[in-house]
Amino acid sequence: MSILSVTNLSIARGGIPVLEGLNFTVGAGEVLVLRGPNGAGKTTLLRTLAGLQSPLSGTVTCADDAVAYAAHADGLKSTLTAAENLKFWAGVYGGGDIEPALTAFDLTALADRLAGNLSAGQKRRLGLARLLVTGRPVWVLDEPTVSLDAASVALFAAAVANHIAQGGALIVATHIDLGFDAQVLDVAPFRADPQVMSGAFDEAFL
Amino acid sequence: MIRLLMRDLILALRAGGGFGLGLGFFLILVTLVPFGVGPNSERLAAIAPGVLWVGALLACLLSLDRIFALDYEDGSLDLLATAPVPLEGLVAMKALAHWITTGLPLVIAAPMLGVLLHLDGAAYTWLIVTLLIGTPALSFIGAFGAAITVGLKRGGLLMSLLVLPLYIPTLIFGAEVVRRGAQGFDVMTPLLMQGGISAGAIALLPFAAAAAIRISLR
Repeated sequence: MSILSVTNLSIARGGIPVLEGLNFTVGAGEVLVLRGPNGAGKTTLLRTLAGLQSPLSGTVTCADDAVAYAAHADGLKSTLTAAENLKFWAGVYGGGDIEPALTAFDLTALADRLAGNLSAGQKRRLGLARLLVTGRPVWVLDEPTVSLDAASVALFAAAVANHIAQGGALIVATHIDLGFDAQVLDVAPFRADPQVMSGAFDEAFL
Repeated sequence: MIRLLMRDLILALRAGGGFGLGLGFFLILVTLVPFGVGPNSERLAAIAPGVLWVGALLACLLSLDRIFALDYEDGSLDLLATAPVPLEGLVAMKALAHWITTGLPLVIAAPMLGVLLHLDGAAYTWLIVTLLIGTPALSFIGAFGAAITVGLKRGGLLMSLLVLPLYIPTLIFGAEVVRRGAQGFDVMTPLLMQGGISAGAIALLPFAAAAAIRISLR
């Protein structure tokens, strides 16, 4: 059963088309790994799936409020503690308890530290813990393992395995092997011709 | 929604949050004016409504670019835009938080500073009333300006240029009510005009600001 499907999708960044003719579906319990060289359009594709930008053409079919998005930036407030950051997001998503999320990413001991005092890897773990409190089925992640050490990557992999076992799905742009049975989509063959500006001059200006 | 408001208030109150920036500026400005203009009480009383209103307006302007820029820089704005919170509601809550941390302290401080400017006794009520009605409009118009310039690095100058003309009606009617109040004239017309501007700004601008943010995030 498909949770998210993409039909004939073309996307642009800054008014310049980057990818075209994308078709894929992701079902419950499935992992889709996006690969491709830097600048291929992986982030743009993920932002489109998250609904932050609209496609040039084609459709993304997905239930409302199904996607939880995590970008390069973690969206943490440095003057709030780790627990306060997480509680805020839990509240926004209508979730309740943050304890399981703290435990899953080994953050319990850091819960009362200010997020500004955490290391890069600890911040990343806190950013990923946010996914657990959203309670959303489709995780759309952009390079989630940046600045994580091997042990933290294992924590992340365990959290993902648990999420998938519960019928969730994962779409991830990453260059490392997380050790799952995953569909791999190399976006490089779908590169669009950047010369086709599609009359989007004002788009680039905005 | 309430959580958004509480988060913004906590962030403003913690170190480096910028609470008191506008208030400090207002205090300094109003304290300096008598030194610059001279201690002639009649002259000070004549300019007091205008100085207090211009000071309040500039104090509001000072902290506007922080409304969305900080969330944009650390990625929270992306995440909030994908969260189950309407962007219009987010804008309204951020503007409300800005008003509570900037506008409301000005309303409370203004009567005390009026003394320094020999503001006429009858005008104090109207000063509080107009600031109470007018400062929410300043916050909501400012949130709209901040939303338009959110994607721009160092967008502060552009935002000031966009926002200041939109502030002028609020300033004119606000200062007019206080001036008329001081002289014992009828204040109803400018007061109603100012109320209308505030109501319109609060009702409409969150939608405009949300549309501007959606474009910036693309």
